[in-house]
Amino acid sequence: MTTVETPPEIDWRRLNSRMLLIHPVVEVGKALPAIVAILVAGRGTDSGTVWAAAIAVVVAVVSIIRWFTTGYRITVDRIELRRGLFRRRTLNAPLDRVRTVDVTSHVLHRLLGLARVVIGTGTSDRKGRDQVILDGLTLSEAAGLRVELLHRDHAPVPMEVGVPVSVKEDVEEELVRADPRWLRFAPFTLTGAVTGLALLGVLWRVVSEAHVNLSTLGPVRDVAHRLERWPLAGTVVVVAAGVVAFVVIASTVGYVLAFWRFRVTRHRGGTLQVTRGLITTRATSIEQRRLRGAEVSEPLLLRSVRGARCLAIATGLRVGRGAERGGEILLPPAPRAAAVSLAATVIGTDVPFTEALARHPIAARRRRVTRALAGSVVLVVAAALGVGFGHWPVWVLVVTAVLAGAAIPLGVDRYHSLGHALSGEYLVTRFGTIVRRRSALQTDGVIGWNIGRSYFQRRAGLASLTATTAAGRQQYKITDIGDAEAVAFANAAVPNLLTQFLADR
Amino acid sequence: MLKCLTFVSADSEVGVVQPDRPREQDGCVTESVLRLREPANRVSPWARMYWTVRALAGWIVVAIPVTIVAVQVPIGGLIGAVAAVIAIAHLTVMPRWRYRVHRWEATPDAVYTQAGWFNQERRIAPIARVQTVDTQRGPFEQLFGLANVTVTTASAAGPVKIHGLERADADTLAADLTARAQDSAGDGT
Repeated sequence: MTTVETPPEIDWRRLNSRMLLIHPVVEVGKALPAIVAILVAGRGTDSGTVWAAAIAVVVAVVSIIRWFTTGYRITVDRIELRRGLFRRRTLNAPLDRVRTVDVTSHVLHRLLGLARVVIGTGTSDRKGRDQVILDGLTLSEAAGLRVELLHRDHAPVPMEVGVPVSVKEDVEEELVRADPRWLRFAPFTLTGAVTGLALLGVLWRVVSEAHVNLSTLGPVRDVAHRLERWPLAGTVVVVAAGVVAFVVIASTVGYVLAFWRFRVTRHRGGTLQVTRGLITTRATSIEQRRLRGAEVSEPLLLRSVRGARCLAIATGLRVGRGAERGGEILLPPAPRAAAVSLAATVIGTDVPFTEALARHPIAARRRRVTRALAGSVVLVVAAALGVGFGHWPVWVLVVTAVLAGAAIPLGVDRYHSLGHALSGEYLVTRFGTIVRRRSALQTDGVIGWNIGRSYFQRRAGLASLTATTAAGRQQYKITDIGDAEAVAFANAAVPNLLTQFLADR
Repeated sequence: MLKCLTFVSADSEVGVVQPDRPREQDGCVTESVLRLREPANRVSPWARMYWTVRALAGWIVVAIPVTIVAVQVPIGGLIGAVAAVIAIAHLTVMPRWRYRVHRWEATPDAVYTQAGWFNQERRIAPIARVQTVDTQRGPFEQLFGLANVTVTTASAAGPVKIHGLERADADTLAADLTARAQDSAGDGT
C-alpha cells in the first residue's frame, strides 16, 4: 500500500469490556460436552471432578486472554482486526469493499446491551474468509458503525473512532412491519417443527446415553399403559393429534422467536435493513446496488393457505441454510399479496410478479409426470418383490402403490408451476411444487447461459436454460422450455451475446 | 452481425410454434426460429483416447467388487457378463460420441462450449464477466499431451470447461482469454 501522506496513527481499541462476562460463559458452554464426558468417565473418582474443573478454568482463562489480545481500529480507508496471543493475526478489509454489516445480539449480549457486528466484504462469503467479526460493541456503537460503513459516500472525512454517528442522520423509510395476524401462517411453515424434532432427537440421545429407562418413569409408563388398552385406531388418532399439536406449537414458537418485530426499512444511504428476533435480535443490511432481484417462494403447505415468503436476490450476501437458502429473507411467511407487494416495492416494479407467465410446451408435462412416476415405480417394484419373495406384509405394496398414484398429480402440478417471462429488465422464472418459487432476476445480473439438453429432452424438443449469476442462488433455471424458445429468450434477455453464435438460415 | 430477431413462444400444442410477441428490432421482423450453431472448433482427436483410458480406470475399480460378488453368487457368471457388456459398450460408444459433441469457440467477447454425450450442455460466458482462466493437466491428460481450460465467472454455477485440448492450444487459449478478460472493466457481477 502506498500512501502519499502518512495518516495519523490511530490507536487500537478493545472490544467492550462487558464481553469479559460473556466469553467465559459461552466458551465453557461450548466445552460442556467434553467436561460432562470427563465427569461421566471418571464417575465417583475425585480426579474426574478435578480434571473437569481444571478444563473449565483453562477454557475460561483462555477466553479472557482472547479479549485482552483482540483489538480493532478503523483507519481512513480500512478496518483492521488483530487477535491471537502467540500467533498474532491481523485481518483487514478496505472500507470501500464492505458489502454487508450484520448486527446480532444473542441472549447474553441482550442482557448486557451489546451486539456482535459481522462485516462482510466478499462476493460470495465463503465461510469466515471475507468477514471481520467484532464480537462485543455497545448497541449504539454497533448502530453507528453500521451507518458509517454502509453510507460512507456521504462521509468522506476520516471518522472519529468510537464516536457513534448520530443515528438521526440516517433517514429511514419503513417498507413493511410484521402484522400479528401473520402468526396464523406459522403452523404451515414446519421450520419450527424441524427444530423441535431436532431437539427431541437430542433429548432422546441424552436419555439413551444416560441409560435412563423410560419405562420406569411414572408419566411415560402411565401413557404407555393407557395407549395399550385402547384399540389401534384410537392410538393412531391420538398419536397423530399429538404430532399435529406439537408441530403447530413448535412452528408458532419458532416463528415468534425468529420474526418478532420484523421490519424492513429503506435508508437514504442506499441500503435495505431487515430487523427481527425475539431473544436473539438481528439486523441485516443489503446494499441496494447489490440487489439483483427478488423471489417469492411458496412452500406447499403455505401455498395451500395462500401464504408466501419473500427473499432478496443480491450479490455478496450470506448464502443461508434451510428457509433462507437462495437469499436473505425479506418477509417471513405472510399473505401472498403482502409478499408480492414487498417484492414489487424492493425492485421497483410489480410486473415480474403479477404478469402471466409463458407456459411450457406440453412435452414438458409428460416429462414432469414421467420423472415423478419413475422414482415411485422403482419403489413399487421393490415392494412387489419384497411381498412376493421376502414375505413382506401386503400393506407395504398398497402404500407404495398409493404413493405412486400420488406422483401423477405431483408431476402435473410441477408442470403447472413451470413458467417464464421477460418483463422489462427482469428475467422471471417459476418452478417447483414442494417449494414453488417465482424469481425475478435483473437481466444485467446474468453473467452467462447454460443450455442443457438431455437425450430425452433433445427427442422432445426441450431444453433447460440456466441463467448464471453472482447473486442469490447463483443460477436461475428455466426447466423444459421449448428448444427454440430457449435461444430466443436468452437472446432477448441479454442482447448481442448470442447473436454471433446463431445458425444461419 | 445484426440479425432480425423474433421473440417466438411455443404454444401449448406440441410442435406448433407461433409468433407470440414479435419484437421489432432495426425495423424488421422475421418469423424465423432461432437456433444456435455448434461452436467452431473440435477438441484434439487424442481426447478420444483420454476419455477411453479414464473410463477404463473407472471400470477397473468397478470390476473388483463385481468379480468378488460374481464368484460367490450362483448367477455370478451372468452378473459378470452383463457388467462386461455394459462396460464394453460404454468404452466404445462414449468416447466417439463425446468427440462428436465436444466443441469450443472463443470470440472477442464470449466463450462458447458444447460438451457431454448422452446429456449435452452448451455454455456461453461473456468475456467481460470472466474472472479467472486456468489450465489444468490431470495424469491421464498428460499421458496424451492434453490439457483443459477452465473459465470461471462470479457465479458459482458458471464455470466453462474445455476438456481435451492439445497442450499448446490450451496455453494459447488461456493466455488469450486472460488478456482479453483483463481489458474489460468491472468486477464481473
